[in-house]
Amino acid sequence: MITLKINGDVRELDIDPTTPILWVVRENLGLSGTKFGCGIAQCGACTLHLNGAPIRSCVTPVQAADGQEITTIEGVTAGQDGLHPLQQAWIDEQVPQCGYCQSGQLMSAVALLARNDDPTDADIDLAMSGNICRCGTYGRIRKGIKRAAATMNAATEVPTNG
Amino acid sequence: MGKWTRRAFITTGVLAGGAVVFGVAIRRGNPVHKVSEFMASENETMLNVWLKIGADNSTTIIVPHAEMGQGVHTTVAMMLADELDADWEGVTVVEAPAHEEYANYALARGFMAGDIEFPEMLVDTVNGFFLMATQSMGLQITGGSTSVQYTGELAMRVGGASARAVLLAAAAEKWNVNVSELQTEKSHVIHSPSARRAPYAEFAADAATLSQSPVPVLKSSDQFRIMGTSVPRVDVPAKVDGTASFGIDADLPGMKYATVMAAPVFGSVVVDIDTDSVADMPGVRKVVNLDDAVAVIADGYWVAKKALDRLGITWSETDNAGREQSDIFDQFAGALDSANENGDNNDDFAAGNVNDGFAAAEQIVEAEYRVPYLAHATMEPMNCTAWMRDDQCELWLGTQNPLGFGMEVATALDIEAENVIVHNQYLGGGFGRRAFGDVAVQAARIAADVSYPVKLIWSREEDMRHDHYRQASISRFKAGIDSAGRPTAWLNQYVEKHDPEDAPHIPYNIENQLIHFADSASHVPWGFWRSVDHSLHGFFKESFVDELAVAAGKDPYEYRRELLEENPRFRDVLDLAAKKADWGSPLPKNVGRGIAITRSFGTIVAQVVEAEIVDGGPRARRVVCAVDAGFAMHPDGMAAQMESGIIYGLTAALYGDISIHRGAVAQSNFHDYKMLRMSEAPHIETHIINSGERTGGAGEPATPAIAPALANAIFDATGVRIRELPMSNTVFPDESLESKDVA
Repeated sequence: MITLKINGDVRELDIDPTTPILWVVRENLGLSGTKFGCGIAQCGACTLHLNGAPIRSCVTPVQAADGQEITTIEGVTAGQDGLHPLQQAWIDEQVPQCGYCQSGQLMSAVALLARNDDPTDADIDLAMSGNICRCGTYGRIRKGIKRAAATMNAATEVPTNG
Repeated sequence: MGKWTRRAFITTGVLAGGAVVFGVAIRRGNPVHKVSEFMASENETMLNVWLKIGADNSTTIIVPHAEMGQGVHTTVAMMLADELDADWEGVTVVEAPAHEEYANYALARGFMAGDIEFPEMLVDTVNGFFLMATQSMGLQITGGSTSVQYTGELAMRVGGASARAVLLAAAAEKWNVNVSELQTEKSHVIHSPSARRAPYAEFAADAATLSQSPVPVLKSSDQFRIMGTSVPRVDVPAKVDGTASFGIDADLPGMKYATVMAAPVFGSVVVDIDTDSVADMPGVRKVVNLDDAVAVIADGYWVAKKALDRLGITWSETDNAGREQSDIFDQFAGALDSANENGDNNDDFAAGNVNDGFAAAEQIVEAEYRVPYLAHATMEPMNCTAWMRDDQCELWLGTQNPLGFGMEVATALDIEAENVIVHNQYLGGGFGRRAFGDVAVQAARIAADVSYPVKLIWSREEDMRHDHYRQASISRFKAGIDSAGRPTAWLNQYVEKHDPEDAPHIPYNIENQLIHFADSASHVPWGFWRSVDHSLHGFFKESFVDELAVAAGKDPYEYRRELLEENPRFRDVLDLAAKKADWGSPLPKNVGRGIAITRSFGTIVAQVVEAEIVDGGPRARRVVCAVDAGFAMHPDGMAAQMESGIIYGLTAALYGDISIHRGAVAQSNFHDYKMLRMSEAPHIETHIINSGERTGGAGEPATPAIAPALANAIFDATGVRIRELPMSNTVFPDESLESKDVA
């Protein structure tokens, strides 16, 4: 048996432990927001978080996640109402086109902003170059990340008596 | 009625001009009652087949095209909503079902057979423009950048305006006032003299009984309220929270999973399958022989894939198995040579006499260019879910051609076309690939073997190796230029013509022209690839005209400008791109600037690229794009399509290379068929001209210009002229990378 903490829920699964997390999430848990793109960790469409870190779920066997926490696009708001600031920024910048890669793009971006609240262009290049977009939305993704960073920083600014 | 070939279908758009078109949106008898049965619920009234109004005064717009990221569900719906004077906030968009009132089976059968007998009921006049319009809607095909040009202009606007007219008539009747005293605003009818204002819903039932005009008065552009604005796209919210349902996300009760391997060498078939190795594998359900492919059905994709990899499959040997990419290029070169020797080139375009032009020339310039095969590599690998019950087959997938796929499946299963039901989903990229029904036929044949629904998913490797590829080609040029540098003759010979017809043609004022081609078929399957033939000819033509500018000792922008003196619409687009890019201003050391201009699918695009060599390879750092599509219905959507077309073309220019080894595609995944990534993506800016000319497309026209604009920029930076794609194969000699003086 494999135990997964997925988007806050605990699930026990009787499955082949070598099955990549991607297929467990999509086929066994019915969470289809995480996408299959290449199967060899080249495109990033399958990106989700394992204990908060972005991983390529198409090459990570589910046994590596036994007892660990997985977050997918469906759980990115962590139970809070509304959208994650990055999701809102994606709407504001009208980022997605076909949209297929965007769950993976967002999961990479969420992880980036979680560890770096003011990323430079070079930081964004580094964090996001593992995610391919065939519709060419890179410019808008860059803008979306900067917009979301600004929103998040404004929300956490400590008011001063000035 | 004339017969129309498949090529005629695709190319008739270029014949369009000034025709009075009617009857597309509002067909004789306005067959709305047939549609209402299944399209409208109790609280809704259908006004015509594209439109229903709810009791809550909401508007539902029915769009006969697939959403693949181009924003079509938003843009063409805007066109109807604007003519209707609907409240955009209350608009819902749904995709038209493959029902006979939307999808014309007779037409599709003719299309699939390669010739079309046009049913009388659909048309009052048949000309190329009309045919294209009716077919792209009636066949529900999404491709050729047609949705806004044809469906939007001819169905949606007409449908919206006609519906508004009957709503007004019904209101005038009910209020007993003159219709000329009525106005409309945000889904309300207003009678100012009596200060009355009522929602459309109040008049919808009466309006539905009135006859609608096929030739309503349309708004002029200064009356637009929604067209020309960048409303948020309707499909975006579902694409940021994981809820958007693509073909691959179909989920049915009792569904199993399958994956497939087709014969690696195109043309081979299955000789033998050794299934012993998978006999005891838990979760494996069945091995299916599809003649030219083998599929495994299992409880999950992963098990199916593991089992497929273990199978021992023997494929038939064919002559194709010895073919290498170099053989194919040798064959192309041989075909060009022999067509010249035998005088049997196919004519494409001719003007004046090129021999006279060469005789008058001071200088002769010659060049040969080559491009490779290209795969589409949509992010969502090919997939289709099929469920066969009794004699009915249901399909769930993303397709650019639901009706055509249905026809193909019906033929393969030998059932009636009406018994194939296609549930179209969001497309995870199309680019032309999802116009080919191979995966649907495979899924249907697999499902026909079992009682449960089956989701067939191709591996990325299968997707890469069994695409329908953009053709490889060779193009040879010879031009004469006079003492002033002006071209006196333009001779172009190339291999393989597909569509659109005008792709090799040039906008430049050159008196003597001969453009012709040789056929040279290969065993590699051909397919529509974003901008189709423009994707190669854009590179060929705009690279060679740049070479002429260099030979003439002129600035490449000024040179093109002079040759466009009789083509002001092109010149305006070229000028805008050059101006916005600050053409002629100093650049940093080792950075070059290049320009190119193309017209495709009714839209003119000019691009200026700033480029340099980074880590031994070309890199575009900035792209300035100017576009004239007549009128940009959704300016931000237009900009998004320019960005998208540029990145798609840039990826191909830099890296795209499908090559044949032992008869099969050598590449298999993104490690050897490289994609442009975030760190290499240029800064792109788009500038729009609304010239008021006939509306053109947006999805494809940005792709053709980027490869030549980049190649021309690299020439400017290094002095190396790139005549073969992809550019990643270009070797830059050390001296080309030495610092050049800043001008």
